Amino acid sequence: MRLTRAFGGAVLLLGLAVAPAAADASPSASGDEKDGRPTEAGTSFRSATAIDPGVGATAQGSTGDYLYWSFGADATQRPTVRASVRLPEEHAGETWQIDVYDGLRRRQACRHGAQTRTAPAGTSSVELACALRTVRGWAEPWSDDPLPGTYYIRLSAVGLPVSDVGRAVSAEVRVETADAGGAAAVDGALAEPLIPGIALRADAEEAAGDGESDDSAAPVLSGTAAEDGWSSGRWTDRWAWTAAGGVLAALTGVWGHSLTRGRGRPGA
Amino acid sequence: MIRRKRLAAGALALLAALTAGTAFPATAAADGTDGRPAPQVELVLDVSGSMRERDVDGGTRMAAAKQAFGEVLDATPEEVLLGIRTLGANYPGDDRVEGCEDTEQLYPVGPLDRVEAKTAVATLTPTGWTPIGPALKAAARDFREGEGTRRIVLITDGEDTCQPLDPCEVAREIAARGIGLTIDTLGLVPDARTRDQLLCIAEATGGTYTSVRHKDELADRVGQLVERAAEPTVTPVAVEGTDACVDAPVLESGLYTDRAEFGQARWYRVGLEPGQEVRAAVSVASDREVNPGYGVLLRAVTVHGREMVRGEAAGHGRTDLVSTGLRLPKEDDEEALAEVVCLEVTHSFSPAAGVKTTPGLPVELTVDVVDGPSDASDVAAFGLGRGWWLIGALVVTGFLAGLLWGWVSRWRVAVWRTN
Repeated sequence: MRLTRAFGGAVLLLGLAVAPAAADASPSASGDEKDGRPTEAGTSFRSATAIDPGVGATAQGSTGDYLYWSFGADATQRPTVRASVRLPEEHAGETWQIDVYDGLRRRQACRHGAQTRTAPAGTSSVELACALRTVRGWAEPWSDDPLPGTYYIRLSAVGLPVSDVGRAVSAEVRVETADAGGAAAVDGALAEPLIPGIALRADAEEAAGDGESDDSAAPVLSGTAAEDGWSSGRWTDRWAWTAAGGVLAALTGVWGHSLTRGRGRPGA
Repeated sequence: MIRRKRLAAGALALLAALTAGTAFPATAAADGTDGRPAPQVELVLDVSGSMRERDVDGGTRMAAAKQAFGEVLDATPEEVLLGIRTLGANYPGDDRVEGCEDTEQLYPVGPLDRVEAKTAVATLTPTGWTPIGPALKAAARDFREGEGTRRIVLITDGEDTCQPLDPCEVAREIAARGIGLTIDTLGLVPDARTRDQLLCIAEATGGTYTSVRHKDELADRVGQLVERAAEPTVTPVAVEGTDACVDAPVLESGLYTDRAEFGQARWYRVGLEPGQEVRAAVSVASDREVNPGYGVLLRAVTVHGREMVRGEAAGHGRTDLVSTGLRLPKEDDEEALAEVVCLEVTHSFSPAAGVKTTPGLPVELTVDVVDGPSDASDVAAFGLGRGWWLIGALVVTGFLAGLLWGWVSRWRVAVWRTN
């Protein structure tokens, strides 16, 4: 009897030790959310709010704040970031900008889109956009091509009359991704997506073992996770094209061969 | 008999405690956090005489602050350890020295007893001076030991009245201690000088500045800041880079902070096995007034000084930081040996006229050592083809091959016949 109770106690103890770990959610899940839409933004790379593509995230802040969000992009995807800022009622003209950084905090170029815009006094909002380059599965270390992993959005006022600093603003960001498909499928692959802190996460998963991979006890540097897992880079529609080409070549080969035979046996 | 059972029970409990103890903190220890350290927040409230003014939605500034505190205390998340400190609450006299020491911890940083905290706030009446600098210094000491994030929320309606101690310098010194402390400032109906000072304090610690003109704005913003503190973030490990690679600190995967003075290079080392890849990202924050042009350079160099790869970034204008990164795979060669990679961080911020240059600017460095990539042998995935040109080429080639095959076999049959 006592033994069972003691055993129960031991189990409870173990449970207590595990509970905070299990209760701990990744940054993407925590924070204020309304219908799955984040309503807060981070103020640094470390505290960036994770958002999912296609979901509009809002945030309240003060003019002069630097607001950060993060999202994940996989190989062959083409993310486009859109932001709209609702400016304070009275302002003396402000310039806003979105910058997109990759998982290594390298600033990413925009193919097109108004990345920086000046709102003259009297305008109530400003719309910004940045269409990123296609994410490649692999790139040489010396290039800064976009790679699968975390991307950070930074929204900030770059031109700001000092009288406007500290006024309340609200912002909305949305990430849309299009898939470039096999046209952008390159050879080679990263062992791990470009997510900051991925090495620690991998270690933690190894230590936790038993398939309890997602709930590690410590907060993670970036909670970016792909919805259906990261692409392995093995499947691409190039397989289908190449196979189809092979089949057609075989068929036309047979056809070409049969033409030389004429009807019946040659020379007969 | 009973004794033996107890022994067994004790052993079991010990075993459970041991497994729990080793299994979980071990994962966290790797990045310098233990489990889930509690975030700590201290609200620093100005209770100086000027808070009596009635210009916030028809009420006094003090009334607005009290109401906001009431709402914030109700909404504070459970896990946050909250404290309250006042400045200028007690000494009504004219003596500068005494007035500038007037800062008091109203409610110690710890688990929140809402009733007690609210009662304490309710007793406040606007009284004395505005010793922001001394209050920040004291507030930084109020926090408990531990790894959790620390945040000071400073609410004031006027600039510091206790010069020459510049609260902005105080804030920068506190931040330089590397205890992961952020100061957010709120100005209640601020004038230009108050705004500049609060902005400077916020900037020095990577915090935010908000100007408040209405009651509900105050409650919303303070509540938001407290909640932000509760968000779990990784606490960086303080490290000190050196001037050369030889004696630079060896880093493992993790998040680190350091300080880099203007014009100073910081070196670190990372061990890299064959078949692994090192990823490093660095950001240098501008925590004071700097000239508009800036840049950062991160280089990976061999111990002999040969550069292998670099990351660089530059910009112009208002910014909170400039960042760059690099990745460097090491080929998985049988003959290759483990190598030490030197990382050099330099930045090209320059201080604006009259700005103190020490301590250096905050540097944040992330290092990840992961398995190396499988390199590309072709531009396209597996060298496969795609598109109508490919199909066309294959069809034509197939057709020609078929024809050729047919003719060759006809010719061979003809030759065989004549023979």
